[in-house]
Amino acid sequence: MNTRNEARRRPDANRVEDRVAKSVEQALGRWGGASRRDFLKASGLFVFGLTTVGAAAGRQGSEDASWPDPDFLQLDSWLVVHEDGRVTFYVGKTDGGQGVGTATQQMMCDELDVAFDQATVVMGRTDRTVDQGGSGGSDAIERDAMVGRRIAAEGRRVLLEMASERLDAPVEELAVRDGVVSLRRDPSRTVTYGELIGGRRFDVALTGANVNQTTGVASVKPVQDLKLVGQSIPRYDIPAKVDGSFEWAVDVRLPGMVHARNVRPPFAGATLTDVDESSVRDLPGFLRLVRKGNYLAVVCEREEQAIEAAERLVTTWDKPTAAPFPASDDLFDFMRSAEWAPPTDGRMAGETHGDPDGALANAATVVEAGYDVPFQGHTAIGPAHALADPSDGQLTIYTNDMKPYSHRTGIAEFLGMPPEKVRVIWMEGPQLYGRTAADDAGFEAAYLAREMGRPVRVQWMRHEETAWDTKGPAFAIDMRGGLDRDGNVVALDYRGRIANYAHVGYNQARTVLIAQLMGLRPERPSPGGARGPDDMYHVPNRREETSAVRLPLAFETPLRTGNLRDPNGPQTTFANESFVDELAVAAGADPVEFRLRLLRAATEDDEAFRRARSIAVVEAAAEAYGWDARPSPGPVGSGSVLTGRGIAYAYRQRTTVAVIADVEVNRDTGRVWVRRMVCAHDCGLVINPDGLENTVQGNLLHGISRTLYEEVRFDGEKVTSVDWRSHPTLTHRDSPEQIEVVVVNGDPNPDRPDLRPYGAGEPSHRPVPAAIANAIHDATGVRMRRLPLRPERVLEALAE
Amino acid sequence: MNEITLRVNGETHSLDVDPSTPLLYVLRNDLGLRGPRFGCGVAQCGTCTVLMDGRAVRSCILPVSRSTGEIRTLEGLPEDGELHPVQQAWIAEQAPQCGFCQNGQILTAAALLDSNPNPTDEEIRDGMDRVLCRCMTYYRIQAAVRRTANAMAGRETDERGAAAVSGREDDR
Ligand code: FES
Ligand code: FES
Repeated sequence: MNTRNEARRRPDANRVEDRVAKSVEQALGRWGGASRRDFLKASGLFVFGLTTVGAAAGRQGSEDASWPDPDFLQLDSWLVVHEDGRVTFYVGKTDGGQGVGTATQQMMCDELDVAFDQATVVMGRTDRTVDQGGSGGSDAIERDAMVGRRIAAEGRRVLLEMASERLDAPVEELAVRDGVVSLRRDPSRTVTYGELIGGRRFDVALTGANVNQTTGVASVKPVQDLKLVGQSIPRYDIPAKVDGSFEWAVDVRLPGMVHARNVRPPFAGATLTDVDESSVRDLPGFLRLVRKGNYLAVVCEREEQAIEAAERLVTTWDKPTAAPFPASDDLFDFMRSAEWAPPTDGRMAGETHGDPDGALANAATVVEAGYDVPFQGHTAIGPAHALADPSDGQLTIYTNDMKPYSHRTGIAEFLGMPPEKVRVIWMEGPQLYGRTAADDAGFEAAYLAREMGRPVRVQWMRHEETAWDTKGPAFAIDMRGGLDRDGNVVALDYRGRIANYAHVGYNQARTVLIAQLMGLRPERPSPGGARGPDDMYHVPNRREETSAVRLPLAFETPLRTGNLRDPNGPQTTFANESFVDELAVAAGADPVEFRLRLLRAATEDDEAFRRARSIAVVEAAAEAYGWDARPSPGPVGSGSVLTGRGIAYAYRQRTTVAVIADVEVNRDTGRVWVRRMVCAHDCGLVINPDGLENTVQGNLLHGISRTLYEEVRFDGEKVTSVDWRSHPTLTHRDSPEQIEVVVVNGDPNPDRPDLRPYGAGEPSHRPVPAAIANAIHDATGVRMRRLPLRPERVLEALAE
Repeated sequence: MNEITLRVNGETHSLDVDPSTPLLYVLRNDLGLRGPRFGCGVAQCGTCTVLMDGRAVRSCILPVSRSTGEIRTLEGLPEDGELHPVQQAWIAEQAPQCGFCQNGQILTAAALLDSNPNPTDEEIRDGMDRVLCRCMTYYRIQAAVRRTANAMAGRETDERGAAAVSGREDDR
């Protein structure tokens, strides 16, 4: 498919429906009171647009504005066919830039038998799309788009029955293409979807115990019959993002809107004792200070005025009596000396197979190593932001919250409002990766809008975001392994310490930052915890145990943990896959062959064929790379630039990945450059190959950034890494010059008609740190066990 | 009254704002433009980039009083209704992920190619280096810059992203 032409033909096709809907929202906001109804009357098109979408139909009076939940058991909640034959799909997911919307549209168009360009997807609006939870866990395609397929298949079934009546022929004798139904024996007799139902409701009930199980009676097509699935259809959102016309959450402007900026505690756990309003009262545009507990914000007419007022405001804070946390330099000592307190619940509790201690005692060789990964931030390119409109006793929040549904219920609870009075309209923003699962700015905007009685836009500043966003937790992991005389692994022992006690990265009324600062607390903090690494290695004696470490300050801390892309995966896999490499070194084995031996040692596969698919990705990566078998390290060169290669493998849920990194290490400067990366990737059925490749490339590079540069730094009282200088990230200069993504399908029966798609948003992120550290060892003979691998740390290690 | 005159995308605007106001907020909040966006406010990321007299500048720290040149934003990049070659290459390479940073990437690339129509890979890396992308679309962006340079010189780019090979082997 010629991506260039396809995309150029439709530069303005970006979500026409959504844009109409947005202008309706904005117009409604402008037309307060009774005039709202007049506006609706005056604009037949918009009334039509709203009322055909069952969910919004109830909102015609202004005084009792209300946003009930769309009913997931009604076909009309998911699918609207317009008179002109265009189709709108309503999907309760959000897209963080991985092309989930486009892929979902492909899958649903395929089942419904409409052309891709005939359809539009509306996502993540609590008043119009059913609650599918928004984003998280790389499940949009694996789980939710499969629901979409069933819904679209049901829509097709119903439309074909209507056509059967209209054309007076049994359904079996009908064919459908691009929304036009025809008679097989007489293709001149046709009827379109638009003619059959355009502008009217289906009124067809669906079944399912919960939204994920929603289904009609129709079954989905066999994979082999899908036509759009598997094509690299260009993303529908890209043209408008490239020509500047795209409307982001940051772009929404409402009449009467004012601007707020937060004023944060200068020290973690500080208590606000005094606010000197006179320091800002006379500034132009100043409207109000809003304070509750340790939460403080300034509200001004104009944005730059709010920024200046927040900077100038004189405040007094008391430091907490005890240090909130150790300094980042002392963190791992602190974590290792903490009491070992394994969680007792479910999957976090750890697992033991065989007798690891006994096997280690009898092993021919025992290897031990510790690995450290610091706190890492999300540090989105755009800081948190949201706009809340409190008109008519309702509340509408425009935000890039990745989970708009929990945002809505969280805000309703936080403000004591009935949920149906609150709606959240997700619009795109900077990447999500877990940050906007705790949409602090949305809660703040909602609170301030109610206080001010007018629309308030909240925008965090850069230093605020980098210091106070949710963090991926720090890990200190100790590994022990035993080899027998033939170099076989007889025991593997993983003990991880994770600093995520009170893990609070969610849209919860009692844990978002504003709630904490106001003094709200959950009854019991989350005990924290994490599973161990995920691999399919067969080791006869194996233990995985994790203990959550409690930092002194659990709340009102800038070290609050939340889900950061592939939560815990890169950290645990850094330890596990570095250590497997260390065992391979001890066994004198090639790292690829050593891994394959461990994978082949298992004899049984699981329901997702993960063992077979793990072997397939390791082999495919090695082949694509051109791997020649030899033990690591290779012969270490004599020049200033040393080169090496390293592999790491993991699975996440049902997706398997292997990554090979080629690095250059400059021993004079300590600079590490990942020059080439190969990723073999198996996520089952691929919906959009180019979209998958883009997503995997982003995962790999984000992984490089976390491996080489990213670390939250703090002294004993505050975070000190607060901008792009103190908290560096991968840039253009250090980006690889070659990336190869090899799409594998290692399913023993890859042609089966029900082949499923698995998630791809996170898995390939996971093995990157270990692959790079292993490559550095291959180049230099030096093992790096503490992330990030910044030049000064590399130089230090090389000097030892 | 603080009368400020701005020339943006070929139009002249007179505004009554504090002269120290950073250009970014005037473009977004007074002129309703969406291309430049706030990312850091301290000239470290490039998300707020605009072209002033053809140079890529960071509007988050530029006071309106000093924004005296001819300003072009992403919206003003197309000419005669045709997308700029950089924009076309960006679509061809499907470069963005979330897209939030891409305003700065596209405008910086346009300015780079304006002064150096045939950059080596090293020059692309250096020229683009200060524009950050947290979705890490650097690989595709660099391919899109090469594609643009090819297109402007009338050369074909045969494969998507194919130009992303070593700068040292660059024979252009
Ligand atoms: S917002 Fe101006 S450079 Fe970051
Ligand atoms: S595309 Fe998302 S920050 Fe660059």
